[in-house]
Amino acid sequence: MLAFIIRRIAQALLVVLAVAFVSFAMFKFMGDPVNNLLGQEATAADREELEERLGLNDPVPVQYVRYLFRALDGDFGVSYRAGLPVGEVILSRLPATLELAALSGLFAIGVGICLGIYAAIRRNGFLAQFIMTTSLIGVSLPTFLIGVFLIWVFAVNLDILPSFGRGDTASLFGIELAILTWDGFQSMILPALTLGLYQMTLIMRLVRAEMLEVLRTDYIRFARARGLSERSIHFSHALKNTLIPVITITGLQLGLIVAFAIITETVFQWPGVGLLFINAISFVDIPVMSAYLLLVAVIFVTINLIVDLLYFVVDPRLRVDVNEGRG
Amino acid sequence: MRVVPRPSDTSSGGDRRNYVRDFLGSDFFFAFKRSPAAVVATVVFTLLVLSAIFSPLIAPYTPFDPGTLNLMNGFTEPMSANAFTGDFFLLGTDDQGRDVFSTILFGLRISLFVGVTAVLFAMILGVSLGLIAGYIGGWMDGLIMRIADVQLTFPSIMVAMLLFGIGKGLVPLHLRDEMAIWVLIVSIGLSEWVQFARTVRGATLVEREKEYVQAAHLIGLSRWAIMLRHIMPNVMAPVLVIATISLALAIIAEATLSFLGVGAPKTEPSLGTLINVGRQFILSGEWWILLFPSLVLLALALSVNLVGDWLRDVLNPKLR
Repeated sequence: MLAFIIRRIAQALLVVLAVAFVSFAMFKFMGDPVNNLLGQEATAADREELEERLGLNDPVPVQYVRYLFRALDGDFGVSYRAGLPVGEVILSRLPATLELAALSGLFAIGVGICLGIYAAIRRNGFLAQFIMTTSLIGVSLPTFLIGVFLIWVFAVNLDILPSFGRGDTASLFGIELAILTWDGFQSMILPALTLGLYQMTLIMRLVRAEMLEVLRTDYIRFARARGLSERSIHFSHALKNTLIPVITITGLQLGLIVAFAIITETVFQWPGVGLLFINAISFVDIPVMSAYLLLVAVIFVTINLIVDLLYFVVDPRLRVDVNEGRG
Repeated sequence: MRVVPRPSDTSSGGDRRNYVRDFLGSDFFFAFKRSPAAVVATVVFTLLVLSAIFSPLIAPYTPFDPGTLNLMNGFTEPMSANAFTGDFFLLGTDDQGRDVFSTILFGLRISLFVGVTAVLFAMILGVSLGLIAGYIGGWMDGLIMRIADVQLTFPSIMVAMLLFGIGKGLVPLHLRDEMAIWVLIVSIGLSEWVQFARTVRGATLVEREKEYVQAAHLIGLSRWAIMLRHIMPNVMAPVLVIATISLALAIIAEATLSFLGVGAPKTEPSLGTLINVGRQFILSGEWWILLFPSLVLLALALSVNLVGDWLRDVLNPKLR
């Protein structure tokens, strides 16, 4: 168990280091910082002096290590476009993305699990069949189309929800959050729906499949034979075993929410890190791109790690297998 | 689609006829006929591909030739003639008086071109790397598979966006618009190769232990000859399935990137770009500029997906 955890953490660190190298290479080999800083009037001596001062003459590995330590300090250089330190820019945008991801994650998990259970219990019912068919279309729809059509229905035709922006924000512990105000919450509904819908359908289909599997097992039949109520069978016996694989997939899906936030934020002009990243791509703002890459790598690797470890906590059978297999 | 061979065909022989007859009598075609979803999807996809190929012939207008545009035609409603000029537009026009039907045809062409080329690129790269990793093994195997692992940590659409950003930075400023399509193809291709490589590697590991490979090795064929002429044909069946599913992913990825404004340039709009243009007019009520490109994109993605699902079930029920 311990050996597994250590090995997993080492792997995670390696992935982050590899991604950090890519993001360092973007810095190193794209664009010429010396030219940017000096301008046209510079002499060759000026150049050399500045290169020496910035440490650009050091061996590449030395520069890489220096880059890593700076990144640990949150120093990613200055955004070409905003003229501000990249760390600051990202930090100011991060709460918007996180609250959006959290709300849509809650929506996806809550609604997804409920609908999944319903579709499994009443698997031949009309409503359950309808949900399953609709979800198939939902899976093939690109995220941005869902967003645009939600805007069309709720903001243009019904005119009940705002179509872009973040609305009013309120401050909590010095962090500006939109969810704390009514106006901000209204602005969040459509983006959160868009972002969560795909994950919701996936979770729903997964819960349904797992639940159907579990309902076929012997212990459920014995529970029926003992005369337990259907409610107790479904919710206290079957549901627990259904949720084990669901936790894994859901965890990985939460990582995807951060990635798809790029699309949703652009559709709704939600001022988060995703929108920042898209703007950085349009303007080839390398410091922002490389910092975002590193940030996302850390988020993804952390989520994967937690999911792997959670699996061991939830499912005792796995612990035994690993000990025997590798012991 | 469904050509039933006449009795005279079967007797007249000839190599080509035999292939057709074999195909029509095969399990493959039988399974195809039995699946209405696959038939409908194939017909829709074929129609879309044909209209993309022949778009210059079908399109009633030339929307990207500024000389033929008339601003008076702007915002004409679908299925109606313009009040000022009397020109007729099947699916309406956008703000600059461009025929939506024609822009969709040309957009479809670019979407399909980018999607197909990107998947071909991903396939060639993935299959070669998979063969090398599986057959030669050693440190190359380790290196290729570790890169694949790192890449799999991220969703492919995000990898494509990042690569597009990097690619854009590498291309000189004055070439950016011209090269955008190719940067797009390479970045989407690079984001999709992992599936190919992993599948081919797995199949190669099985194949290389078989007798025919050992025999080929014994008679002194070079490693490359064995890989390309003997192993590769035997590992291609799952590759076909992955290629179809990747095509759907690539088309959606291209549309997404173009929609976000970081893909196909405005001068060569793909379906995603058109949807992005249409989005700007939904608040003012010109719904057709948005709706029709979206429907075509949906039909394209859905039909490819359905064909891919069906192929997967027929060729290899155990895959996934």
